[in-house]
Amino acid sequence: MILSVDGVVFRYASHLVLNKIKFEVGRGDCLAILGTNGVGKSTLLKCINRILKPQQGVISIEKGELSKLNRREIAQKIGYVSQRQEGDRFTVFDAVILGRKPHITWNITDRDIQIANRIIKMLDLEPFSLRYIDELSGGELQKVVIARALAQEPRVLLLDEPTSNLDLKNQLDVLKIITKIVEEQQIAALVTMHDLNLAIRFANKFILLKERTIFAAGGAEVITPDNIEKVYAVPVAVESFQSIPVVVPL
Amino acid sequence: MKQKTIQPEDMPGNYLKYTGRKTIVIIILVALVGGMGIFAICAGSAELTPGQVVMTLLGKGSENFEIVIWNIRLPRVIAAIVAGAGLSVAGCVMQNILRNPLADSFTLGISQGAAFGAAFAIVILGVGTVQTSSTDAVLINNPYLVTISAFVFSMVATTVILFLSSFVGVTPEGMILAGVALGSLFTAATTLIQYFAEDVKIAAIVFWTFGDLGRASWRDTGLIGALVLLAVIYFMLHRWDYNALASGEETAKGLGVDVHRLRLGGMAISSLISAVAVAFLGIIGFIGLVAPHMMRRFIGGDHRFLIPGATIMGCLLLLAADTLARTIIKPIILPVGAVTSFLGAPLFLYLLSRGFKRK
Repeated sequence: MILSVDGVVFRYASHLVLNKIKFEVGRGDCLAILGTNGVGKSTLLKCINRILKPQQGVISIEKGELSKLNRREIAQKIGYVSQRQEGDRFTVFDAVILGRKPHITWNITDRDIQIANRIIKMLDLEPFSLRYIDELSGGELQKVVIARALAQEPRVLLLDEPTSNLDLKNQLDVLKIITKIVEEQQIAALVTMHDLNLAIRFANKFILLKERTIFAAGGAEVITPDNIEKVYAVPVAVESFQSIPVVVPL
Repeated sequence: MKQKTIQPEDMPGNYLKYTGRKTIVIIILVALVGGMGIFAICAGSAELTPGQVVMTLLGKGSENFEIVIWNIRLPRVIAAIVAGAGLSVAGCVMQNILRNPLADSFTLGISQGAAFGAAFAIVILGVGTVQTSSTDAVLINNPYLVTISAFVFSMVATTVILFLSSFVGVTPEGMILAGVALGSLFTAATTLIQYFAEDVKIAAIVFWTFGDLGRASWRDTGLIGALVLLAVIYFMLHRWDYNALASGEETAKGLGVDVHRLRLGGMAISSLISAVAVAFLGIIGFIGLVAPHMMRRFIGGDHRFLIPGATIMGCLLLLAADTLARTIIKPIILPVGAVTSFLGAPLFLYLLSRGFKRK
């Protein structure tokens, strides 16, 4: 077990968004957080790395309670990729090395440069490494921000709709990279997604959110037509096509 | 800074070359400021040669040159350097922490607050009087009171904006709008004061707002310089935080930056140095906008290089503008604030057409 979320309650002013969320994620797990628009998927991710502070509940990483850590210490353990990306006049290398920020005391070291270099290679970003990020395509930019989160060397990766702006190939590439790194480094990734087919292909754990709380959680067995219809209010069939599970709206 | 395809195995080396080029740009700018400084000391009604200037600065010149240089030319040059540095680095940081390319002592109402403060001191506190003997028709007989009043009212603008930001929770966009509102409030108040004031006092107010680097004594310049130096050190300590914030507020938080504290500290310090510069020297527009934006075009948005780069660029621009103001129709010295706005605005429009084009 690497991350545990226990009894998290979050409200904006008097509006209850998340109610008694409880789940655990193990090493090497890729957890897909599913649910309709506005159900609180992004809010849940932000509560986990304390961009938002839940009013109740305990969140721990490797037995360390997050509410007792400062922002910098949290950033050393959790990498976060937000839904909206902003590009400025930074090169790709600058943007990735920025991921070392939580580990930098006065200035970057050779080691930081080596880590950024290795991650850029891993994500096939070398051809762009000195390009300005405001000149990249959506898919390239998405890879850059994932590279930045990986440069943090986090124990847990939080990705808010990492595939929403990408074409088919980039969607598959990005998710393959994430699952590979999670597996190799024995960390955990929490990913919010809208595409159920991508989710069941790449994730090994699932959470279905409905009405501010967890409706169902577990392995691939929770992706049933019954559960999906109850969460999304759309009747579906879950079939296997060339041994790949697919969700088809009816 | 040109983009090109590079050999993968060379990547860290190429990156270091790329950052090295930025260092070289900054070193060249420092050299240009030095050269421009010598030129500015030479230029004027008593013509001097660079050789004479250097000898005098080394303490080996004639007594006449010493008086001209140490008492007239050099204070002005140093004032241009410290004020240019302060206004530019303040603009650079404000633009980052407010996530708005327009952030500046003008858009935040700091300059208008200072102008109101000066008008208040001249008219209501009765500091300005008519002078009959000298070439200037207007005399401010207690410049320190005007400076203090200008400073107090520019800090009023700052305090209101900081209060809105930290206690009411207004967003960065809201802070800019609040600054614009405060600016027009102060302008309206200044207009009312002028409406009821005598002609001579109106002239004194107008003269004050021109912005004049000759106004500062060595002691004033020393005070501005010390504050600017401390501010630049503080900003450099946070250069990675500003880089993180440039990538978005949530990303910055995810990278461990306390965004709220960063914003509060940055706003307080950048407003303070703008307020001090404006209070001592009068209103000098556009340096806080043009210099940081020029540096963004030259060396990119990395604050490790942008903060020192914008600082030096501010020195260079204000020094160049002041030298132009002193020499273009000599012996008349134009107000430097008018020159910076006159040259700054077209330059800024040009930068906009290059940098903010729709892609």
